[in-house]
Amino acid sequence: MEVNGGDRLRELLFRLCDARSVSGDEGEVRDILRQELNGDVRTDTLGNLLVRRPDPAGSPEPVRVMLAAHQDEVGFMVTRIEKDGRLRFAVVGGIDPRVLPGLAVLVGADRIPGVIGVGPPHLLEPGAKPPVPRAEELLIDVGCSSREDAERSFKVGDYAVFATRAREIGSGLVMAKALDDRAGCAVLVEVLRGEYPGVELHGAFTVQEELGLRGARVAAHAIAPQVGVALEGTICADGPAREEPHWVTRVGAGPALSLMDRTSIANPALLDMLQGAARADGIPFQLRRSAMGGNDAGAMSRALEGAATASVSVPCRYLHGPASVASLADMAAAVRLMNAFLRELSRTGFRSRP
Amino acid sequence: MTVKEFLTTLSLAPGVSGFEDPVAAIVERAWSDLGCEVRRDNLGNVIALRRGTRPTGTRRLKVMLAAHLDEVGLIVTRIDRDGFLRFAGVQRPDFRQLLGKEVTVHGRRELPGVIGHPPPHLLSAEDSRKLPEPEDLFIDAGLTVAEAAELVAVGDPVTFRSGVWELKNGLLAGKALDDRSGVAALHQCLQELERSHPAADVYAVATVQEEVGLRGAVAGTYGVDPDLAIAVDVGYGDTPGVPEHLTWPPGKGPVIAVGGNVHPILHRDLIALARELDIPYQVEAIPGPTGTDAWAMQVARTGVPTALLSIPCRYMHSAVETIALADVTRSGRLLARFVCDRDLSYLEELAWK
Repeated sequence: MEVNGGDRLRELLFRLCDARSVSGDEGEVRDILRQELNGDVRTDTLGNLLVRRPDPAGSPEPVRVMLAAHQDEVGFMVTRIEKDGRLRFAVVGGIDPRVLPGLAVLVGADRIPGVIGVGPPHLLEPGAKPPVPRAEELLIDVGCSSREDAERSFKVGDYAVFATRAREIGSGLVMAKALDDRAGCAVLVEVLRGEYPGVELHGAFTVQEELGLRGARVAAHAIAPQVGVALEGTICADGPAREEPHWVTRVGAGPALSLMDRTSIANPALLDMLQGAARADGIPFQLRRSAMGGNDAGAMSRALEGAATASVSVPCRYLHGPASVASLADMAAAVRLMNAFLRELSRTGFRSRP
Repeated sequence: MTVKEFLTTLSLAPGVSGFEDPVAAIVERAWSDLGCEVRRDNLGNVIALRRGTRPTGTRRLKVMLAAHLDEVGLIVTRIDRDGFLRFAGVQRPDFRQLLGKEVTVHGRRELPGVIGHPPPHLLSAEDSRKLPEPEDLFIDAGLTVAEAAELVAVGDPVTFRSGVWELKNGLLAGKALDDRSGVAALHQCLQELERSHPAADVYAVATVQEEVGLRGAVAGTYGVDPDLAIAVDVGYGDTPGVPEHLTWPPGKGPVIAVGGNVHPILHRDLIALARELDIPYQVEAIPGPTGTDAWAMQVARTGVPTALLSIPCRYMHSAVETIALADVTRSGRLLARFVCDRDLSYLEELAWK
């Protein structure tokens, strides 16, 4: 069962990661998710995919829980077609410009390949440190020879994604683009397969998280959750370039629980309940040791009269880069943790203070 | 196999300078299949001979065509904490193009990985304007320390991992097109010679260690001892931010070099032939070192009349080097016709009057 569940999770994750779904253009991921989900599923005005699971126990006052994972990823948008046939682009979301030179991207719905290149290192001033190209200075070369030539295949507003294909590396790790937040999406799909008496469960696959939690804001308004949990792929800097106190999270050490970030402070009662559930079931977890970043919990916590929120995240190295790395075991543990947490919520109900 | 298929195979094959065996094996097989006598010399150069037809039993004109097999890449220097790998460039790496790049570590088996980088969330605007320092750089192949110890050794070569991307208008992008494009041009030439029975002995040499100082060409030219030699390498393609007068656009034909490294008669005759065959070409004046195998070939033994063809290549020394396939086939055709038209009497033309 565990093995099959793991295979299913990986297979779905790979399909989700390879789909193109830059903020504002989330259709491909939405289509995959819609096929995976059944029951009460709808798409709202902004493109959020909202799944409602009524309380299987039919309690008069079930706890209304919203679990959010975002469909969108960082990427690029074509802003101008230059005279020489190259494409000028803007970065959508936060991308370190230093990952761009030497990169292949796929442009538009037809995934037409293009490359982002810089001049040969041979022509740099010897001995001097070359300047780091800014994103605004770079162009996507699609092989077109003129603006007219390029306009036959491309237009301003086309989105582009990293040309990375998801694959397994080492033992049990995945390397893919967009693990932030396809990891959370895959976890949420699995969590929605469970039954949680006493809980009215809402799964929200949100749009435009990378543009400022915009999808989650309207989704939370419609759902009006008492409890909101963001399922994320979160920052992890556990490589040898940093000392341990600065890793934020560590791959393989279980899902990370946020204490606070730039958008919200975790509700202490929820945090207690999550840690208690993890300990009771022997599920590994870690605390996310940074206040940087932000996620859909911020939008949920501020919707209507407010909600108690927490974040359960899969640590992802090289987040917002062309190839990020995460652990399938961490994802599976995140699913188990959410199962345990929701069952605990079924058992005890929810009070917003410990 | 079409030139595109052959070049794609070559591009995907690993062959960092000093570690060219995997790509050399492909070339060795392909040129044997074309009926050439193929050998590897002590440095690892692949030397294919297509024997000339005339005159039999006596000395024939010996033409050497060279393109280099090796590609820029990295080498493992240390297995670090938690199985992360530290590396150095086999050549000085381009620090602008390392972060976030997918790589293949050629350990006991091929190990996919990525060069790590911090998430932008932890960077100030100023941080992301700085080149990474060597101590910031590492490869993540997803290995534990135990797995790394078993699968990876210090000294294992690392290649950039890239697909081969077909862009519009017959452009191809990928790693190692510098100078697998040249090797593919030699292949095209050998294919054409299968049908045309040249008088001259033609040696196609896929050289090693060009990127670390033209070393394969030094030994290879000594071994072949040619009467004349032509190198096929890549030249700078047009790139925004690079002065236009230093670049040549892909698709407009091979670049025929002129300068101290090039015998003036060879230069003149290559141009004349390109015109005759209606092959588009471009001309590059290089007063000093060309930085190609031609530079080493010219001064082998007592000296060799040498020429240089360059295939325009954008984004040289990156994982997305971009060339036009047409320039590869044009180079191959030009070389084939050039050797077909010549026999021992050509040496009189090349002699200084």
